[in-house]
Amino acid sequence: MPTPTDTPVIEFVDVEKRFGDNVVLKDLNFSVARGERVTLIGPSGSGKTTILRLVMTLEELTGGYIYIDGQPLTHENRDGKRVPVSKKQQKKLRTRIGMVFQQFNLFPNMTVLENIIEAPVHVLGQSKKDAITKAHSLLEQVGLPDKANAHPTSLSGGQQQRVAIARALAMDPEILLLDEVTSALDPEVVGDVLNILRQVADTTNVTMLIVTHEMAFARDVSHKVMMFDGGRVVEEGHPDKIFTSPEHERTQRFLSAVLGDQ
Amino acid sequence: MIFTSGIIRAADEVDDPTMVDEEEVRQSPFWDWEFAFNALPEMLMAFIEVTLVVTVLGTLIAAVLGLVIAILIRVLPAPLAWIVKWLANFIRMTPIVVQLIFVFWAFLGVIDNLTVGIIVFGVHYATYMSEVYRAGIESVPKGQWEATTALSMSAARTWRKVIIPQALRSTVPSLGNYAISMFKDTPFLLVIMVAEMVTVAGEIGAPAFRYTEVYVIAGLIFLAASYPTALLVNRLEKRLAYAH
Repeated sequence: MPTPTDTPVIEFVDVEKRFGDNVVLKDLNFSVARGERVTLIGPSGSGKTTILRLVMTLEELTGGYIYIDGQPLTHENRDGKRVPVSKKQQKKLRTRIGMVFQQFNLFPNMTVLENIIEAPVHVLGQSKKDAITKAHSLLEQVGLPDKANAHPTSLSGGQQQRVAIARALAMDPEILLLDEVTSALDPEVVGDVLNILRQVADTTNVTMLIVTHEMAFARDVSHKVMMFDGGRVVEEGHPDKIFTSPEHERTQRFLSAVLGDQ
Repeated sequence: MIFTSGIIRAADEVDDPTMVDEEEVRQSPFWDWEFAFNALPEMLMAFIEVTLVVTVLGTLIAAVLGLVIAILIRVLPAPLAWIVKWLANFIRMTPIVVQLIFVFWAFLGVIDNLTVGIIVFGVHYATYMSEVYRAGIESVPKGQWEATTALSMSAARTWRKVIIPQALRSTVPSLGNYAISMFKDTPFLLVIMVAEMVTVAGEIGAPAFRYTEVYVIAGLIFLAASYPTALLVNRLEKRLAYAH
């Protein structure tokens, strides 16, 4: 597995997220180095998915700053005032970020191939020919070489999620966000999808921010695990340490409940 | 019958030659095939030249403008969206007959009657269709929007390639029904002196005082056009469903 460098590629500074009066994240400060794989664990409602959604700009940041490659993603600090960044700047940074969703979110009105080449061609400006060649090799990589012309609804959940991974990778993201990507899948196909992601982790230098309940997977691919509860980081560290000898009582309780299920 | 003979007696007094003879009316059968066949060509012409033209062009305007209205309400900043929304509400909540008369007099001598009819029908039904599109747009799952953000797709591309195609799928039946409904409203064109088929039917029937044939034919022509349209909409709906 490639080792992370020291350049922070994602930086959270004093991040706060509120939905109305409900504070989901508070005073959150952490950074992710280039090539690092960080897994966020914790009970539902602890704010871990919100973190991914903030990085993808799917949620509005209500306080603090997020930096991607050192540049502000949503707001910047200008003379002590918090001002929104331009749409152009946000879009430029966002093209470096890819996301795979729990519910796949493939476009049902397009074929598998069209799903994969849409953004490379129309956002990155790649030639259609190059994008198609790349799409076929990605489909090969995710084990669906003969599904290019299929419609997503004719595929099983596991197959759809593999297409979604190919679609995200087609953008050559620096950062890949994985939001409970196996939670909606049948148990017997979870392994296939995780193996593909393991392979991506082993063969590329993409930075990964992962939310998952698959603890074995988290342990395999992560450099760091962060345990969340009530919108705060309870404990963080190397996966071996977190999973074998967690210090915090809350982490111990969470892990025994989760691992007890398996 | 008292009413009829009253009129005829009055006609006898002024000795008007165009008036129908009482005996003739009594003797004529309920249904006269020859009269019906003679009336058919003129009615079909009126149907094609007016009813069909207004419905087809009106539907085109309504389908396009309705989508534009629905999208504008979604993408414009709040005060502008509000203005568009209430303009559409106003048009939808007032009778089409009033709108026909208003536009007719407002643009008297500027736009010919048939064009007034096409525009008013198009705009009026656009406000209905915009509601159908709105519902269709809202039926597209949130995850689809999120996927377009995750892929950094432009707003134009998102609408054109992801949202509209999926929104349309559920709107086809309702849009088809509004087209048929517009078609059945065309007799209102009478109020701006456009002689569509039903008005022509009345004009054909008047001299002979025979209305059964012409109005039955008008009804059958409407049915003959509406029913296949409904079937077509139905088939289109099924095809769109299978494509996904």
